[in-house]
Amino acid sequence: MSPEELRYAKTHEWIGVKTDAQGNKVGTVGISAFAVESLTDLVFIELPKAGARVQAGESFGEVESVKAVSDLYSPVNGEIVEVNSELSENLEWLSEDCYGKGWLIKVRLDDEKPLGDLLDFAAYKQQCAEEQA
Amino acid sequence: MRNTRATQLLTELSREGRYNPLLPDCDVPQPPLEELLPREAIAAELLPLPEVAEPDLVRHYTNLSTLNMSVDTHFYPLGSCTMKYNPKRNERLAGLDGFAAVHPYQPEETIQGLLELLYELQEMLAEISGLHAVSLQPAAGAQGELTALLVAAAYFQERGEHRTKVLAPDSAHGTNPASAHMAGFRTVTVKSTPEGLVDRDDLRRHLDDEAAVFMVTNPNTLGLFETEIREIAEEVHGTGGLIYLDGANMNAILGISRPGDFGADMMHFNPHKTFSGPHGGGGPGAGPIAVTRDLAPFLPTPVVAREGDVFRLDEDRPRSIGRVRGFFGNVGVLVRAYCYIRTHGPEGLREVSENAVLNANYLLHRLKEFLPVPQGDCCMHEFVATAKDCKAERGITAMDIAKRLLDYGFHAPTVYFPPIVREAIMVEPTETESRETLDAFAEAIGKIVQEDPELLHAAPHSTPVTRPDDVRAARQPVMRAVAAGENGHEG
Repeated sequence: MSPEELRYAKTHEWIGVKTDAQGNKVGTVGISAFAVESLTDLVFIELPKAGARVQAGESFGEVESVKAVSDLYSPVNGEIVEVNSELSENLEWLSEDCYGKGWLIKVRLDDEKPLGDLLDFAAYKQQCAEEQA
Repeated sequence: MRNTRATQLLTELSREGRYNPLLPDCDVPQPPLEELLPREAIAAELLPLPEVAEPDLVRHYTNLSTLNMSVDTHFYPLGSCTMKYNPKRNERLAGLDGFAAVHPYQPEETIQGLLELLYELQEMLAEISGLHAVSLQPAAGAQGELTALLVAAAYFQERGEHRTKVLAPDSAHGTNPASAHMAGFRTVTVKSTPEGLVDRDDLRRHLDDEAAVFMVTNPNTLGLFETEIREIAEEVHGTGGLIYLDGANMNAILGISRPGDFGADMMHFNPHKTFSGPHGGGGPGAGPIAVTRDLAPFLPTPVVAREGDVFRLDEDRPRSIGRVRGFFGNVGVLVRAYCYIRTHGPEGLREVSENAVLNANYLLHRLKEFLPVPQGDCCMHEFVATAKDCKAERGITAMDIAKRLLDYGFHAPTVYFPPIVREAIMVEPTETESRETLDAFAEAIGKIVQEDPELLHAAPHSTPVTRPDDVRAARQPVMRAVAAGENGHEG
């Protein structure tokens, strides 16, 4: 997915929403290139199982680098329909292609309301620039 | 000259048959092993234990011990850990037979001296904390946190209140959320302001009838005193919650400011940081807690009680959360804490903190010549510098600087903590360091930030083990000892 088309949480997760064959809104969730770079060398990721529920702003997993363990926060409410289960064995996908092969979970959205709280690409870029300063 | 065999493993030094049987033959008949143990308890073959001669064994450990960096050999400004010098006299006193050679099952009348000491320590810690009652039981600061949160949970349960949340700032020690989780609470993170203090608006958003405890470290991990702590405590108390004070940074405020006076309801002490308990090494440790009068009935059992001139362990505490530790905690550490407090006295303890704060501020001002300190010009006992600009301009990270300091003969400061500061370098010089040492450390950093980045990425260069591959160590750990030459990679 192209980073310009995604929406971003202040906590550095991205989401791209599509409509599936049944008409459900399904969001693919990952972490941004800025987040991957800030985390430095990754050593471990813990993701939930398909079927688990997520809540906007609540942790759904964690990622560990040589520096620290960080929570992963869901940008939306819903049910996890798919998990990138090969990612934990291939953490380099996050540094190589965090908007593609490095996606984390797919969520069937309960509602689209939390999407309104997310940033678009330009606003997110601005936030990263401020954090960098 | 460096003894290169010092870092060889015993399995590498081992030669078959190289051991000296030091015991005479047994003079009672030895039944066969099969008669003594069930078949399934007998190993099919002998364990491949290393076989080395006594002098080689002694050299192995003695040489290894000389490779250690410790506060007895080097300046050790490990922020948050308060690696101050521990007076050797406290070791000697804790080793006296009356303390070291007693047995926990001895009758109380034969250990009255020890019980009196522990009773007095309870009283002294209550005085220093400004709180009502103390438990010396917990075996570490983190267990103190857990114990105090269990006390809080028992208190709310008795009041019929169902409070599920523990709040902690984003600058908190990782033990705070971990303890809250273990005590059955859900942790909610409270943001810090750009100045590094608790964001009171964000705190207010989370204060409701579900918030049980606000855990706050004061001074906080940025080395800043929460100047609005009394107002914060009033707001938390106003919604029926309790304040927990993480006492990790007590070394900054001894005899100057008492947690009970600024609104804390419970706290722990870290004797290894504040009162000359042994540092690190996995213990044994101690994490005494102090609580208000309302919480005192829930403290773990036993506590040391006094009846006239007689001291005894009080087990009859019907509202207590119960036992949290076998016997009476790690008494040896408590004896050292007692000795430290008695040696200094009230005036001396205040001086300890004054000098810890003075040293930190002196070093902050020297280091600012070379590295920015985002949260201001003034600190308590420690401060957090950042290598953010070094990284952006020359690719030099906090880790590079920390590793290179080892080559200059300094233990590295804490790095990448607290996580709210990028490329954090957290420095805590403590009160026991001279101006010359502080100057030398600042000047070493000044040189390092000018050095060739490639040299720094590979540092340290002078230690027996140079830069480890952190990523591979975490992702592909080798969990068993292997002899030299054998491929230890197990994938």
